[in-house]
Amino acid sequence: MRVALFVPCYVDQLRPTVGLATLALLEAVGCEVAYPEEQTCCGQPFATAGEPRRAAALGRRFVEVFEAFDAIVAPSGSCVATLRHGLPRWSPDPRAHAVAARTRELCELLGDPATRPLPRGRYPHRVGIHASCHALRELRLGSPSESREPPRPDPARRLLSGLEGLELVEPARRDECCGFGGVFAIEQEAVSARMGLDRLTDHQRAGAEVIVSTDVSCLLQLEGVARRHGHPQRFLHVAEVLAAACGLDGDAGRTS
Amino acid sequence: MADRGMATGGRGLTEGDVADTAPDWTDAGAARGRTSHASRARRFVADAARTTWHDASLWGVRAKRDAAAAQVPDWETLREDAASTKRDALARLPELWRRFEERASAAGAQVHWARDAREHNEIVARLLRDRHVSRVVKSKSMLTEECGLNPFLEARGIEVVDTDLGERIVQLRHEPPSHIVMPAIHLRRQEVGALFAREMGSAPGLEDPDALTAVARRDLRGRFLAAEAGITGVNFAVAESGAIVVVTNEGNADLGTALPPLHIACVGLEKIVPETRDLAPLLRLLARSATGQAITTYTSHFRGPRPLPGSELHVVVVDNGRSRLLARPDFEEALACIRCGACLNTCPVYRRSGGHSYATTVPGPIGSVLAPARDPGAHADLPRACSLCGSCSEVCPVKVPLHRQLLAWRGVLADEGHVPRHRRAALAFLSALMLRPTTYHVLARVARSLARRLPAPILDRLAAPWTRTRALPPIPAQSFREQMRARRRRREQEHRP
Repeated sequence: MRVALFVPCYVDQLRPTVGLATLALLEAVGCEVAYPEEQTCCGQPFATAGEPRRAAALGRRFVEVFEAFDAIVAPSGSCVATLRHGLPRWSPDPRAHAVAARTRELCELLGDPATRPLPRGRYPHRVGIHASCHALRELRLGSPSESREPPRPDPARRLLSGLEGLELVEPARRDECCGFGGVFAIEQEAVSARMGLDRLTDHQRAGAEVIVSTDVSCLLQLEGVARRHGHPQRFLHVAEVLAAACGLDGDAGRTS
Repeated sequence: MADRGMATGGRGLTEGDVADTAPDWTDAGAARGRTSHASRARRFVADAARTTWHDASLWGVRAKRDAAAAQVPDWETLREDAASTKRDALARLPELWRRFEERASAAGAQVHWARDAREHNEIVARLLRDRHVSRVVKSKSMLTEECGLNPFLEARGIEVVDTDLGERIVQLRHEPPSHIVMPAIHLRRQEVGALFAREMGSAPGLEDPDALTAVARRDLRGRFLAAEAGITGVNFAVAESGAIVVVTNEGNADLGTALPPLHIACVGLEKIVPETRDLAPLLRLLARSATGQAITTYTSHFRGPRPLPGSELHVVVVDNGRSRLLARPDFEEALACIRCGACLNTCPVYRRSGGHSYATTVPGPIGSVLAPARDPGAHADLPRACSLCGSCSEVCPVKVPLHRQLLAWRGVLADEGHVPRHRRAALAFLSALMLRPTTYHVLARVARSLARRLPAPILDRLAAPWTRTRALPPIPAQSFREQMRARRRRREQEHRP
């Protein structure tokens, strides 16, 4: 399978190890990976900040950069959600619809039968999964706690559960928001941080050593709150955990 | 009659003083640009213990809702049904209300039409004045809160007693409800005990909720008996029968309308449903979504006045900005709301900022969708007081896409000039940068390199408000793209002959 790798701007700049781990995982499951260097941003920060036309301009640019590829994959539930729901709204161009439909979150793709399974991995840690709101409620990767719809598979959880030695611990509130929310984290800094602290405390009570998410933005928020309050947990993207567990990349699995 | 005279004489306010009482009294000061939701929320969160308790109380209600939803085999189908019933009704309001008026009138009720809060208040005041009423009991009604009915009537010498326990508590504290179903959810029982000791002479230190309820009940009993009119809200108006339906848990609407001869029911334009059978899915969803009950304790259908001499039923139908929402395709679905409060209970921001932080009659996600339609300038910050987690849309029993509407409002309000110019300029700059990859990557590299060299305290100041409550992540030396380019160059060199 030929895939294009989209590494969201904040991952590119602040957590490049997630990009490296994603690349290693994609290659390990037999994907031929292209990384178009002219990529920048999917438009999400502008959409959530109330600038849909600026978001749309970036969305159109995204289509230009990625339309040549059969599949586009990103280690981010929220960027993929923005693209999947935003691109068709922002542009009447049928190419935008097609690109939106071909854009997938990393764990979605790793579970695809068209890819090889990952090698067996080992990760002997107590792990709490932080469900990203956009992966869960916008992409429906898993079943939101509010919903009574038939259960849906949660690919990140499935991949992590398959790791030898990994013990999943469950916070009392299964899928409450971490409080990031893009511009919300800045404009509503006090409430945002309190949400992060509550999320963290819930995971801590459950006994998590490592908190894992499909989204780096949630992790930056939780890690930022944890460091400020002196909490010891580690915060890793699911790609970093999988790559480290499967021995795929020397750089993955580190926090800095 | 002597009592009436006293009640009328005491205040010395003329009608003009309060004729323009803000429909939404909390607008006064708060939302008029002096403070923002963010600053009010910061004050709330600063009391960490209260925030913990407030969040836990409301999460408890959310958990009860989850359990109740799980008891219904076809919960999601029920939501679909209710959503389509309400949307269908919203698409033919004029026809349904005409039929309602016809049927209600045939049953002996009188229907009045109010364009806005002021007309609503004047109609109610006239009905009361014409009948020399000076004492009114009122059951829970967010519409009359929205219209500022209490101060309007009080200024005309009419005593209004809220009879819902929570409403009574906030009325005695001279503050607005902080929740649409549980008006006094922001208060602890100790605070209620102190209030009752002061206002009703109960034993100081009384905290037991049952005992406090008994105190309020004793106090209210006399007021019910003395009332000359009862005002209620309306949960549903049924076009087919001309009936109105009022649900309560305390039975206060029933007592308040059974004793006095005059019943005035105030209803928002969006509350109509076509047929009686449409009530079934809505009532099943309402109580479960609101409090996790299978059904509210009292579900009362009023069709015409009671068959007693002198009994009257008046229904006041109020627009007050609702038709403006109807004309906006992005937001009209919000009129399907049945005011269950589930979106408030599940909202992680509401739970940690309290209802008063919204400075609107209806707080939380639904309030943040409704308020900007009425006064965009005063409430432009509310759609941004949201992390877009989407939980509200998931719990909504009538499937209002609340978080999408909040997102849509942000764009509309920015276009209408309600977002500070410097903020828009910053976003314009950033998006221009993102359209120019070379410039963007050079600037990003310079910024990272600076961030790695600057002393931490200076960097923290530059990165405020993030750093006010959070640490910055370690800044990497190379971006992913830089590492990929380096790798590509290495490969190209290796392959060179």
